[in-house]
Amino acid sequence: MASSRDDFVIAIRSAFLKKKDKQKFSLLTLIFLSFIVIILSNFNFKAIQIVKLSINEVIYRSTNLISTPENYIKSLKKDFDQHMRLYETYNAIKIELENLKQKQLTNDFLEIENKKLRSLIDENIKTKEIFAKVLIDKESPYLKSVVLNKGSRDNVKIGMAIVDGVYLVGQIIEVNYSNSRALLLSDLNSKIPSVLAPNDIQAVVSGTGSNYGIIEHTQDEIEKNLNENEIIAYTSGLGGLYKPGIPIGKTSTGLAGKINFFSDFTQLSYVKIISYKIGGEK
Amino acid sequence: MSSLNESPFLKIFVSYLPIFMLFFSVFNEFDFNYLKLEYFSFNFVHLLIFFWTLRNPDHLGYIAIFFAGIINDVVIGIPLGISSFCYLLLCSVTAYIRNITLTPNFIKDWISLLFTILLINSIQVIVLDLIFLITVDYMDYLINSGFTFLFYPIFFIIFNFLNQRISIQHND
Repeated sequence: MASSRDDFVIAIRSAFLKKKDKQKFSLLTLIFLSFIVIILSNFNFKAIQIVKLSINEVIYRSTNLISTPENYIKSLKKDFDQHMRLYETYNAIKIELENLKQKQLTNDFLEIENKKLRSLIDENIKTKEIFAKVLIDKESPYLKSVVLNKGSRDNVKIGMAIVDGVYLVGQIIEVNYSNSRALLLSDLNSKIPSVLAPNDIQAVVSGTGSNYGIIEHTQDEIEKNLNENEIIAYTSGLGGLYKPGIPIGKTSTGLAGKINFFSDFTQLSYVKIISYKIGGEK
Repeated sequence: MSSLNESPFLKIFVSYLPIFMLFFSVFNEFDFNYLKLEYFSFNFVHLLIFFWTLRNPDHLGYIAIFFAGIINDVVIGIPLGISSFCYLLLCSVTAYIRNITLTPNFIKDWISLLFTILLINSIQVIVLDLIFLITVDYMDYLINSGFTFLFYPIFFIIFNFLNQRISIQHND
């Protein structure tokens, strides 16, 4: 009994402390080192922040460089698929364009009216946009995020909204000198204050880790009604992070509370980082 | 004998292939862990580290594994050091198995892999969810562990073939 315990202790000691010919550090040393890295990376000392930012800069750029062949193949495949679907896409777009032209006339009038009403209450929204390229879109099961090529030198700040065209994509969560990381709407940690049109219901759209979001924090009665009509979710602007009225997604028929995002997060190449300021606010 | 005819560049390339694969898989956007297929993903890096640190640790150093972990954390966006810690725990299990085993047995290795990946994924979930308050999907981790376990025999054959090639070259 004592001998088997001794064997176990010897095996454990040998595993953690013994170095092979080509190993420069023992396993125990490196485990301690990684433990120290975990602890240090959570302190906000300036020196640690600088080291962290430098590591991020180098690794993001290297990943982008190493992924070049793969990204090229991806874009080739995308172009080929688009080419094969050219005729059916053309027909669908033709019908959509006709519908949009009709809607545009109504929208033009509403826009003018909206501007007039805002000027009456001395309120105007000033938006600042920064165009950014997606460097890395490695979506992991742990964190749905993308790395962008604009950072603190371009005045990017934590909390700024990311849009693809006019659709909301996510929010900046980490800023380095020349790049930044944005959390996508699909991430489990994403919570967006939103307004559900056409019923004008305040809610929160939360990420699920999959390609859709869910509507939360609404009354049960309202949730039942969500199943009946098509609902479009826009940012409400509550909390002051997002500009009000950015489209997020729409509900699928028959699936109450489930929001399909307008933007396809797997196809992001260029996005806009936006910040806004409401004039007339005290 | 046949390996004597191979170019020195090829010999060096083959002997560094495990490290090359490790860094390529953590740096590159393409990853078996994130295939974007619902209910399907497996951790290639775990399989790679498990096999090489168990069967031929001279070709995959702990320091390289440590740095690969740091890179993986930065690319994925989780707090620094977590992947390194998990990878090194995997190495410590393989080092222990190597010490207590006289004749390597595939089935025993395979079963130990299951327990090891369940252990390190549990540690990762606990650290992310309870300490760093990052919400994670437990089911994703469970499915990932399951597929990683199931895919080991396939990668065992591939890595074993590569290991034999490296050993032949080394003996020449």
